[in-house]
Amino acid sequence: MADSTTLTRSLAAAHEDPPVVRAALITLALLVMGVLIVVPLVNVFYQAFAGGVGTYWKNLAADPDTRHSVYLTLIVAPLAVAANVIFGVAAAWAIARFRFPGRTLLTAFIDLPFAVSPVVVGLFLVLIFGLQGILGPWLRAHDIKVIFALPGLVIATAFVTFPVVARELIPVMEAIGAEEEIAAVSLGAGSWQMFRRVTLPNIKWGLLYGIILCNARAMGEFGAVAVVSGRISGQTDTMPLRVEKLFQEYNMPGAFAVASVLASLAVVTLLVKTALEWKTRSDLAAAAREAAGERA
Amino acid sequence: MSIAVKGVSKRFGDFVALDHLSLEVPSGALLALLGPSGSGKTTLLRIIAGLEIADNGTVLYQDADVTDSRVRERNVGFVFQHYALFRHMNVFENIAFGLRIRHWPRARVKERVHELLTLIQLEGLERSLPSQLSGGQRQRVALARALAVEPKVLLLDEPFGALDAKVRQELRQWLRRLHEEIHVTSVFVTHDQEEAFEVADRVVIMNKGCVEQAGTPQEIFEQPANPFVMDFLGNVNVFHGRVHDGRAELGSLNVEYPEYTARESRAATAFVRSHELDIERVRNGRPALQANVVHINPARPVVKVRLHAVEFGISLNVDLGWERYDELKLQPGESVYVSPRRMRVFVQDYQVQGHQVPDYQI
Repeated sequence: MADSTTLTRSLAAAHEDPPVVRAALITLALLVMGVLIVVPLVNVFYQAFAGGVGTYWKNLAADPDTRHSVYLTLIVAPLAVAANVIFGVAAAWAIARFRFPGRTLLTAFIDLPFAVSPVVVGLFLVLIFGLQGILGPWLRAHDIKVIFALPGLVIATAFVTFPVVARELIPVMEAIGAEEEIAAVSLGAGSWQMFRRVTLPNIKWGLLYGIILCNARAMGEFGAVAVVSGRISGQTDTMPLRVEKLFQEYNMPGAFAVASVLASLAVVTLLVKTALEWKTRSDLAAAAREAAGERA
Repeated sequence: MSIAVKGVSKRFGDFVALDHLSLEVPSGALLALLGPSGSGKTTLLRIIAGLEIADNGTVLYQDADVTDSRVRERNVGFVFQHYALFRHMNVFENIAFGLRIRHWPRARVKERVHELLTLIQLEGLERSLPSQLSGGQRQRVALARALAVEPKVLLLDEPFGALDAKVRQELRQWLRRLHEEIHVTSVFVTHDQEEAFEVADRVVIMNKGCVEQAGTPQEIFEQPANPFVMDFLGNVNVFHGRVHDGRAELGSLNVEYPEYTARESRAATAFVRSHELDIERVRNGRPALQANVVHINPARPVVKVRLHAVEFGISLNVDLGWERYDELKLQPGESVYVSPRRMRVFVQDYQVQGHQVPDYQI
């Protein structure tokens, strides 16, 4: 044991760069992170609280349009997350458990929303659901409003954040394998019983991680939502849109107050994400250990 | 509950896994599907279980056609090579799974699980997670989980394949005893002939999606149906030669072969098991081959001698009893004569079962 540690150390030493290079690289990385992330983040809170806690609270709570944007975000994000949990689990299931024609294509398509600019996604949706869009006449005939209304916001948000849950689940499901599920079926479980009693407990940490990440992305979504919402104050403005609008109106304390709420969300997400990541990794490692033990 | 498989075929793309295979498992039997990897034995087991759908053919449980019924309707117990225990459930919940699915009342579940824990000799471990158990314990839990719902048939896919030699040995004997206790019709897949012969009361030897031979271990060992079975059973020396006029000529080995009397000479393969060969210092009139001793492995219970047969250019393996070995005092490099007490000759396209060469008296 001691021997192998020494060996690892000497091997590491052989691969190490000179101290000067290391110090330079570390300084550079810290500098970039400080300038691009830490300073702006601290500044958001500093600006938000510049006028004291009372002003901060007034900026958040007194303006009805701001209040409505918080309320709207709290409706849109959970709906988008719920939709993506269903889509994500279904897609991950299909990809991890089955070999079918078009599987590779599906895998590629899952990443599409990450590859396309959110503004373009918004335009797609307008072209489909807008008054002049493909489904426009039908929607108007049935008196359903999608664009410039809540459904449009939810669809746009869900589309943009679609890959998050599936991307988290596919590796987890592949690592765990299908054998336990087959065992459950052989013991008489139906599909739903199998999913609830065997699959879900096995993927729960990965799924939770996906939900947290998806929620953060959903609450912060700007581009696609900006296009489909029409940006009507007090009606279709979500928090990110509201931040931008307050900023454009030179209401800096207001803009920073709302921004600070979004930033806090980011910090909380980061903490939960790190905790869950650690948990998922140790679960995956346990699964791998188990598999290795079985092979041995 | 007997099982009958009739004319079952299964292809995976271009690969023929099963080719019009038929098989019967008598009620209460413990049957081993034995064959090399790729012979289709696991596919057959999965089709019997309902985990795989046959392209054509039928599967019967007793008289009921279950070909189209799904695995959860068949009430089978299935044991996987890698156990497939539910990792987030403790031993108790694993065993209770099938009972909970069937909505057994709490008290009866508890009673049944404890009954099974006693059966698998793991009382006191019901709160442990699978990851805290050894391989052998996990496989016993998997077996208990499969047996909990009182399945009509028990199917085991290489159940001891992932275990180390000692545990495997113990589990084999334990499974044998267990089967004597509960008598559920059982089929298990293995590629280890020793395991099949030790555990099963019926053995089916498979190759390339077909059954090569089915019977009791003794039948198969005493009367191998064809060269494949003979070769697969192992511990065998192979000679190539020709037969004609009631004689088989294998180089300088010339033996009687009354089953083939035609004049026309045909290619033949002769198999002699390691323990059916004798080693002599001098020729004594029996058909014999000259060979040089290469290596002596004095393992118990027999001494394994490897020789080089000069004429055939092949290695011979001979299992010698200890008494005979002490008598001969063989040394590596020595030149000796090797003579078969018994051999089985298979003529190509003209297969004769288990030919007995008359015992040549010294």
